[in-house]
Amino acid sequence: MAADVYLNVAVGGILTGLVYGLMALGLSVIFGVVRVVNFAHGEMMSIAMYLAVLLFSGLHLDPLVMMAPIAAVLFVFGYVLQAGLINPFINRPEHSQFLLLVALAIIIVNTLLIIFGPDARSAQTSYAFDSFQWGALIVDATKLYAGVAAIAFALLLFSFFRFAPVGKAIRACADNYTGALVVGLDVKRLYALTFGIGAACVGAAGVMMTLIVDVTPMIGPAYTLLAFVIVITGGLGSMAGALLGGLLIGVTEAHAGLLFTPSAKSMFVFAILVLVLLFRPQGIVGKRST
Amino acid sequence: MTGKIADSSPDSRPGKSARVLEPLLQGVSRRTLALLGVLLAALLIAPWLVSDYLITVLIVILYLAFTGQAWNIMMGFAGQLSLGHAIYAGLGAYIAALLFARFGVAPWLGFLVVMPVAAACGAIIGFLAFRFGVAGVYFAILTIAFAEFARIGFDHLAIVNASAGLFLPVAQYAHNDLWHLRGDPTMFYYVILAATVIAFLFCRALLMSRVGYFWLAIREDEQAARATGVDTFRYKMSAVMISAAVTSFGGVFYAFFYNNLFPEQVFNISRSIEIILGPIIGGLGTLFGPILGAFVLTGLAETLNAAMAAFGFDLPGAKQVFYGICLLFVVIALPEGIWPWLARRIGVTERLR
Amino acid sequence: MQRNIRLNRRRLLAAAAAGATGLAVPAIVRAQGAGNSAPLKVGVLLPRSGFEAGIGQDCQRGVDVAPAILKSLGLPELSIMNGDTESSVDVARERAEKLINDGAELLIGAFDSGQTTAIAQVAEQKGIPLVINIGAAPEITEQGYKFVFRNFPTAPMLLTSAFTNQLELFDIIGTAPKTVVYMHVNDTFGTAMTKGIGALMPKFNLPYKIVDEIAYDPAARDLSVEVAKAKAANADALLVVSRLNDAMLLTRELVKQRWTPQAIMSMGPGWYEDQYLKTLGKLSDGPISFDPFQDPNKRLAKVLEAELAKAYPGINLSTNHVYTFEALLVAADAYKRAGSADPKALADAIRTTNITDNVSIGPGIQFNAKGQNDKLKEGTIQNRGGKLVTLAPKDAATAKPEWPMTPYQNRV
Repeated sequence: MAADVYLNVAVGGILTGLVYGLMALGLSVIFGVVRVVNFAHGEMMSIAMYLAVLLFSGLHLDPLVMMAPIAAVLFVFGYVLQAGLINPFINRPEHSQFLLLVALAIIIVNTLLIIFGPDARSAQTSYAFDSFQWGALIVDATKLYAGVAAIAFALLLFSFFRFAPVGKAIRACADNYTGALVVGLDVKRLYALTFGIGAACVGAAGVMMTLIVDVTPMIGPAYTLLAFVIVITGGLGSMAGALLGGLLIGVTEAHAGLLFTPSAKSMFVFAILVLVLLFRPQGIVGKRST
Repeated sequence: MTGKIADSSPDSRPGKSARVLEPLLQGVSRRTLALLGVLLAALLIAPWLVSDYLITVLIVILYLAFTGQAWNIMMGFAGQLSLGHAIYAGLGAYIAALLFARFGVAPWLGFLVVMPVAAACGAIIGFLAFRFGVAGVYFAILTIAFAEFARIGFDHLAIVNASAGLFLPVAQYAHNDLWHLRGDPTMFYYVILAATVIAFLFCRALLMSRVGYFWLAIREDEQAARATGVDTFRYKMSAVMISAAVTSFGGVFYAFFYNNLFPEQVFNISRSIEIILGPIIGGLGTLFGPILGAFVLTGLAETLNAAMAAFGFDLPGAKQVFYGICLLFVVIALPEGIWPWLARRIGVTERLR
Repeated sequence: MQRNIRLNRRRLLAAAAAGATGLAVPAIVRAQGAGNSAPLKVGVLLPRSGFEAGIGQDCQRGVDVAPAILKSLGLPELSIMNGDTESSVDVARERAEKLINDGAELLIGAFDSGQTTAIAQVAEQKGIPLVINIGAAPEITEQGYKFVFRNFPTAPMLLTSAFTNQLELFDIIGTAPKTVVYMHVNDTFGTAMTKGIGALMPKFNLPYKIVDEIAYDPAARDLSVEVAKAKAANADALLVVSRLNDAMLLTRELVKQRWTPQAIMSMGPGWYEDQYLKTLGKLSDGPISFDPFQDPNKRLAKVLEAELAKAYPGINLSTNHVYTFEALLVAADAYKRAGSADPKALADAIRTTNITDNVSIGPGIQFNAKGQNDKLKEGTIQNRGGKLVTLAPKDAATAKPEWPMTPYQNRV
């Protein structure tokens, strides 16, 4: 196959991977700090996607513009969810958390089905079919915008955790729970905040994802799984790891599809996961946890 | 812990038959036996009393009870969270179905082939996980990965017709053929009932044995168990392999009852979740939990369907929403599961600790 | 796109009895010898939730508009009992049992081959006729069942008809593609079709060769790699078996990657469906579908179309509605001729069905010894201006083919 095909696929894989990475970032933050196994992660993203579609079809507001408000809505959702429902489960065994979030996922998926119906929806913006061509390289416009937005959001998040006092407090909680308590941090509130931030991340990712894929009520679970794969591959608790993991998965998936039969490309993703779990469980970027 | 580890060790007791029965009945009150007996009797005569529709529902319940018990061995007893158990059921289903469709091999013989394969699969997953120190959530994700791998793999496997599905030849049901598992639902009902009862007794025997105690020790605190000299690797492996082998029979049953298999459905993660909901809701690590959980969950689903039909409420997805809300209530209000709470109420105690 | 949330007020008697306990003495009382005074209880099983919900709910529309039409044809009334298979084989089986338990005298369903197989087994065991509305797996009518009937082509039939129609099409336009890249969804339907292609294609003297075969995951949300591969094959045309969502995804990628094949030939659903036409607008023009379809020149097709437009404005008549409606038509017609709701009588009546005043393309509805309607023909339809035109067979044609497709880049 000609080289330009590989190039185009690689670029597409990178851009998609960035959006995957942003989605996984939310999970990394949640899992890394609050230690809750968020099995409703993909479902939360589908809520954001439906919001984007709704606002677009109803008020003709471009998803990229709506990214901030929708992320804010998801933030509130996440905060309330954590404070109200999930908090007692933080110290419970994994299977309890799992059941709680699976129940939540079932409720979300089917509520969306009832409200929006089963048909695929999308936000068909004016640039939905655009692509840029530079020589042999053809780049999907929507993917490019989404990828850039993902980087921007990730940088924003990164600086928040690095420089903002609240962000630093959250990192402290993650690094040393007892120490945080000793120092007098309101851990409960910080946990809720973190969950909210994670939800906001996934919300932003969802808005970007709306540009790339169509939303149906049932797409949540596949993305939840993908998010976990990326987070584990990249390294838990590491934001760079989540993005890198996303990139790796995005590119691998794309090339697996190109070189082998596309319907089996997920197998390679899982193969990577297995290899990472066995040989480098802390992930590419992660540090060995104590 | 019971503190009875010393004298309940089977090695110190005389007589083989005594050794089999005593551990099973040890510590079981007469009341418990009576209640179990009543339940068993009710299930035995059920087909004469209820409609065909309810027999089908009961078959589903017992199937989930059976596979739930199998999963419970690994999780409830040994503490290893598997979220990809569908792979064992799927392997069992496909191998037995293939042997029957191609070579006319009866399912019971097919199971003899299936069992070691499933156990080997479990051994591989277990080995990879335990040798490399993959535990907790990571282990769970690993099991999901393997199940997905199997799903996509079988979706491309020509010998089982890939995603077009494997269909078992279905002949007219002139009579029940137990050997080939061809017949009407009542026959299947008794087969799965027998399997569930045997699994129940088997789990009880396991729990009361040395292996069972070591499992509980590993579940409670693996580090401590290792410190006292328990070979945790060996016992965790045995839990995984036994659990896998037992689950695979459920798969064989499934294949012969439904007569068609699609990788997309058989290895789907929703099947894995289906298997584990019963034990978690019912009561992890308890003997009766998975069975109770299966009854409650399927009963709940069917009751919701019936209630919605009675009110003329025809909204696709509504039932699942109510179902999810009920699950939420149970997991929040009864963190240990329904059985421990219920058991206390009716005065039955399961002596596990 | 309208979203109807229906709250059905069902016949309380049947519903309450069902809702109570379900603990009934196994003897099911049937309306014997009551003639046609009582409506026939028909259980309709469709995947209305779960991953096939979109299609199931679309089929349901065919059910909703049926009663009025059947009445106008002088056929007896049907009492519809809805069952949601939730896109799951286990639930499908349970629902079938439940409906029969609640008195269903005939079953219709279920779109998905796996679920339909489970239901067929129950129907055969209980001796209740099942009329399959949609489902292409050939195995279902190869089991020697006496109570299962299918008024829909099997995968081999679909292919045979498609290839015949393609030859006819090439004849009409006087040209044909030399190379073709074949893309298909890797699910039950797609795989069955692909297997069939291997077996059947050599029997037809098709002018094109398949230069590459690309299978993609039905759950794939992003088909950019697949289309890149297809484009790299440098074929004249695209031959495809896909579903609705994939059709839209593929088209978007074709536009973005700037490749317009000479033609898109689809041998499955998706490319002619409402959502495809509406969502893609001008970009939806061109694809040619070889599908079981309504015959636009048939009287009943026009009636059905009008009724559908009344009940669901903006929804075009298509395969899902047509065949689901026809299943009910078969049921009502058999009930009239049998004169009783006795299942054996119904089954025998269905076997001798001969309806020529129907909706789908072909000589009409009859069933062979295996319970299969083997006379069904497919239509060749093309998307034009947001609507569908029929290109073949000749007696059903409404327009001339447009070949090759206008390049996507020139359309906006």
